Amino acid sequence: MQISGRAKLFVPVVIFLSMLALLLFGLGRDPNLVPSALVNRPLPEFTKPDLFDASATVSSTQLRGGIFVVNVWATWCPPCHAEHPYLVEISERETDITFVGVNYKDDADAARAFLQERGNPFKFSLTDLDGSLGIDLGVAGAPETFIVDSTGTIVYRHVGMIDNKVWATIFAPLIAKIQ
Amino acid sequence: MQNSRKQKLMIVLFILFGSAVTVGLVLYAFNQGLNVFFTPTEIVDGKASTGQNIRIGGMVKQGSLVKDGLKGAHIEFVTTDFNEEIPVAFTGVLPDLFREGQGVVADGYIDADGVFQATSILAKHDENYMSSEVKAALEAGAKKQTKAAVNL
Amino acid sequence: MIPELGNFALMLALCLASLQAVVPMAGSFTNNQLWMSLARPLSSGLWVFMVLSFSCLAYAFLHDDFTVAYIARNSNTLLPVYYKFAAVWGAHEGSLLLWVLILATWGYAVSLLSSNLPLDILARVLSVMGIITSGFLAFLLFTSNPFERLLLNAPTEGTDLNPLLQDFGLIIHPPFLYMGYVGFSVAFSFAIAALLTGRLDAAWARWTRPWTNAAWAFLTCGIALGSWWAYYELGWGGWWFWDPVENVSFMPWLVGTALIHSLAVTEKRGVFKSWTVLLAIAAFSLSLLGAFIVRSGLITSVHAFAVDPARGIVLLTLLLLIIGSSLVLYAIRAPVVMGTATYGSWSREVFLLINNIILVVATAMILLGTLFPLIHEAIYGEANRVSIGAPYFNALFLPLMALLAMFLGLATFSRWKKTSLDYFKQQTGKLLLAAVSLGIVIPFLVTAKVNMGAMFAVILALWIIGSIAKDVVSKARNKQNLLAGLRSLSLSYCGMQVAHFGFAIVVLGICLTSHYSVEEDVRLATGESISIGKYEFRFDGVVEREGPNYTANSATIQVFQNGEEYLTMHPEKRIYHARGDVQTEADIQIGLFRDLFTALGDPRGDDAWVVRIHVKPFVIWIWMGAFIMALGGITAILDKRYRSKKLVNSPVLEAGVMQPVLEH
Repeated sequence: MQISGRAKLFVPVVIFLSMLALLLFGLGRDPNLVPSALVNRPLPEFTKPDLFDASATVSSTQLRGGIFVVNVWATWCPPCHAEHPYLVEISERETDITFVGVNYKDDADAARAFLQERGNPFKFSLTDLDGSLGIDLGVAGAPETFIVDSTGTIVYRHVGMIDNKVWATIFAPLIAKIQ
Repeated sequence: MQNSRKQKLMIVLFILFGSAVTVGLVLYAFNQGLNVFFTPTEIVDGKASTGQNIRIGGMVKQGSLVKDGLKGAHIEFVTTDFNEEIPVAFTGVLPDLFREGQGVVADGYIDADGVFQATSILAKHDENYMSSEVKAALEAGAKKQTKAAVNL
Repeated sequence: MIPELGNFALMLALCLASLQAVVPMAGSFTNNQLWMSLARPLSSGLWVFMVLSFSCLAYAFLHDDFTVAYIARNSNTLLPVYYKFAAVWGAHEGSLLLWVLILATWGYAVSLLSSNLPLDILARVLSVMGIITSGFLAFLLFTSNPFERLLLNAPTEGTDLNPLLQDFGLIIHPPFLYMGYVGFSVAFSFAIAALLTGRLDAAWARWTRPWTNAAWAFLTCGIALGSWWAYYELGWGGWWFWDPVENVSFMPWLVGTALIHSLAVTEKRGVFKSWTVLLAIAAFSLSLLGAFIVRSGLITSVHAFAVDPARGIVLLTLLLLIIGSSLVLYAIRAPVVMGTATYGSWSREVFLLINNIILVVATAMILLGTLFPLIHEAIYGEANRVSIGAPYFNALFLPLMALLAMFLGLATFSRWKKTSLDYFKQQTGKLLLAAVSLGIVIPFLVTAKVNMGAMFAVILALWIIGSIAKDVVSKARNKQNLLAGLRSLSLSYCGMQVAHFGFAIVVLGICLTSHYSVEEDVRLATGESISIGKYEFRFDGVVEREGPNYTANSATIQVFQNGEEYLTMHPEKRIYHARGDVQTEADIQIGLFRDLFTALGDPRGDDAWVVRIHVKPFVIWIWMGAFIMALGGITAILDKRYRSKKLVNSPVLEAGVMQPVLEH
């Protein structure tokens, strides 16, 4: 029961430090830290059917000579719904960047209807019904977004939603650097 | 001597009594005010029991909001994490930021018919109009969906 | 040019603050008079450059300089000029600038009003304030610089201030709140200086008291203004939501209140020294914790600032350095032995101890409730989120406050050292009887209903007010007539009684509002009406109206009192052009005994809207009471004994003997 006088005075420090640890945990709980093996590697080779024209294809060779933002999305993915208006807005603003949509393991009709109804930010839309491109890209889920530079190298992989803040703080500086 | 001993005993008893009351009060308060957060999927999976005070988060399903033709200030809508859906009933004023296709957080309970009876609908959005709770719920729903898709 | 000047002034301020942090402190350890005496000019210089920097930002705001990123994000040419000015502190960067400006102002005030302080103490106090100021200035300059320019593509129009903040309440609420938060840095600095010097005596308590009172009075006003703002601006009809941001402002207030009371004991009786020092550290630490929680995006809330974990880490480091080191210093240097004075079981000391215990327990409960979602997540993982609702806080806080109110009435009659139980019985017996019987009878006569909660509240309020009145009269009666007697009372005594009276008013306001309010959220078509008590509200439809920077759906609600036309109300729903934000603007008719509150909800079919109509008795008493409390705090500061200059040189105190200075 009786703690020695001096030791008792250390109780506030201990309480404070444990609270600090909790706050530190709180700060660190939300990062989208997923290491990617593909960063600084070339974009994998692919040829996939065009979403809007099943007879045409989009291939990796078309993604050269400019900066590309490749967004992996699906209509079954709620954060994709949430980030969509931002993508539309950003693609209208950033006209010198080409946005590419990879429709991942999705129903093509639903995907087409979704883009027609909510606006289409993508210059190229391709379907990845079997998820093979997703496997090549090392996609863990949707949405994920990659920045590809003019040499066809993946510069950055983003896991999770994009909004104006993410764009302004992560994408815009990176793109400005490689431009 | 006798007296000071008695005084000490009184103080100890007082402290014990005080702490017991405080702890009891805290437990009671937690019971009153603690809302566990559930997603529609978790509710469909039966993780929340009927009548328990819970908080639910998801998106307001497009086209699901019914407010005309209902009695008084009553409204109904469907909340979804794009995996499962839960009908929600509410009486009162909707927050300014409440919209179809937007995130929503509501406090309330599941009634016997499986309808979420909301006692309050929260307008707590960050500047991107997406509460972190909704974001987490939707991302959890997405992960589940991704898994399902991979297992196809 | 002007923003660069502001930035430059900020950098100079950082240099001066760093000097202020180091030089006087070093002087106090080496007994270098010159270095110590630099504390005063340094703090004035720091203040001048902070004022300059702040004025530059305000100037840039008023001139719509959208090349400054912060202004582009938080202002707009259409914004009325007073909101342009208030927008300076409308978001994270600018409000932090205001925070530091206020910190510098307190430091400057200490340097001006400290002629009775020994130089070594003053040097250390100002140095500690210099350390805090440099930390926050560095944080401001390197992570949240409000003067940052948009070098490419500066917009021609800003994105507007958040409409929730376009309100008179916002113009004055943050400055008051920050005056309170930051004001506790003075008590904190005095505590650190006293720990360093090893002189925790009555003089230390006496120096600290007016500063603590001032900060506390500002914080009281700040919190009251915030709650008032929430009441009329959020359109929910509530005035306190136990929102995390409210909680973090309330915790320093509770601890500050405890500090005021324990300082009284330490000054008058020389006991509770270590405890008082700890409270002084805790009050400011909780203010810093509040700043951290609001600014790190750790907890979502209506009025939290933008989320940025990177800033959070820097702030957390700052917290670790300031609070951690002060608590370690406390653990090493605080006196372990109890003060020499002893006290009996019903003495005033004991009552003040009870006050402290209740307030600290209440703070701990609020802290637990605020951080519990985080604790839960740390234990059970991110997938299992919980939230703590208002019922938790009400279930804990209300009984504790009732307890506080009961003891307050009793404590008014207590004496230092020892009070006999017979004396209490003799003083309080009739009073208690009167309070209980009137408390039961009055609410029943007015409402013709039995409402236990309301009756209990009225009993408590009458009990406090009655004991104050009895005590004042008995203290004043010794003189030839009552007026002369009242004049002979010391200002610090009057301040205390005024503040306690304010507390009784707050108790009444809170309890009567929560028990007697009638709140209706109804769907009304044009021409339909609803009756609440003697009032009838007729909904006369909605028209569109153009505001300066918004379009409003403006409703007309005709109010009848006892069947006669009484007034017309126009609650609005506004859509702000710049961001497309929707904002509910309630219309409130304020009255001494009841408020009529109307807010427009959403449209429900042809011609019908949901309308929120509340009749809230006594709600204004909550804020009136709070301002009376603040007034009490200010009154106590004016007491002449805080101005006596000779005190310091008394040999007893110089020798550091812990001799209580008795009064009267």
